[in-house]
Amino acid sequence: MSVLVFAGAAQFAAVGYVASGLPWPGVILLTALLNARHLLYSAALAPWLRPVRFSRRALMAHVLTDEQFALTLSHYRRINTTDERGYWMAATVGDFVPWVGASIVGAVIGAQIPDPAIFGMDVIFPAAMIGLAVGLITGRRELVAAMVGAGVAVLVALLSSPAIGIVAGGVIGPLIGLAIPAWLAAETAPLGSFESAERFSMPDTHVDTATVSSEPPAAPGARP
Amino acid sequence: MSLELIPLAILMFAVTYPSRAAGILTPGLDRLPKVAFDYLQLVGPAVLAALAATSVMIVVGDDDKPSFHVGIEWVAVLVCLALVARRRNLFLGLLSAVAIVAIARATGLSPMPA
Repeated sequence: MSVLVFAGAAQFAAVGYVASGLPWPGVILLTALLNARHLLYSAALAPWLRPVRFSRRALMAHVLTDEQFALTLSHYRRINTTDERGYWMAATVGDFVPWVGASIVGAVIGAQIPDPAIFGMDVIFPAAMIGLAVGLITGRRELVAAMVGAGVAVLVALLSSPAIGIVAGGVIGPLIGLAIPAWLAAETAPLGSFESAERFSMPDTHVDTATVSSEPPAAPGARP
Repeated sequence: MSLELIPLAILMFAVTYPSRAAGILTPGLDRLPKVAFDYLQLVGPAVLAALAATSVMIVVGDDDKPSFHVGIEWVAVLVCLALVARRRNLFLGLLSAVAIVAIARATGLSPMPA
């Protein structure tokens, strides 16, 4: 399961659901809901991975996790270009190998390992998520999106389930972030502008349909 | 070791992979309206914060009912957040968070999670 699904939260949930006797269709539906957030990650990384061949992107998709997304996006933004080798380094050394390896160790000698909660290990996941989120916050819009996303997620989770809450927070948070007035957001690149889109997507790959016919293309690596 | 869960794992993969691949493999995403890129830029912080918040604030009981949880984990995650924001050091933040929770539980200040 760790190799095929490679999604910690879904795996933990599935084990609990199977143990409680939930029928498989229910487990599969909840897995789909819990992992729906990957669709947002995938869309957000798409502009950066455009230069990579389709077959390799198809493989890269399998190892796209929360941690992988945060590490990759912050790395790409920092170096301002795509780094396929960096993606695979993070995915294999930082994510896949430790996860699958630890799963095997857990399956073999898990009964002899004391409850990890004694050592506070259960707090690593939320602490890592908030730490990785901080790395992606570069302005007030991101900050608002994160705060609203967290608030909405908790509220919706209380009313339905954590899986639905996470997706709701991930969808609504950015919408509220976008609604922040420009003067309050202190943005240097207005929303919906070429500069704004370029700031996010891989530089010089974004198609500016408004200016493509009237302005000469920018030099490679040039920033607006 | 039981192999009966392998078909379940395959089915879970079948519903997980499309959500991971849809954005990366869909052609023409760079031709989305520019405001869509602005939206996607905000997705990361929102989802990661949502994951963190639900992990520390929501507990799902044996009856599958989610409930609000207040505990030492809040303090640990906030300390991690502050350290990462201030020092840009995630490892230090994680170490501090784990230490806070471990000490609180060892000394009986905080109960073990159910």
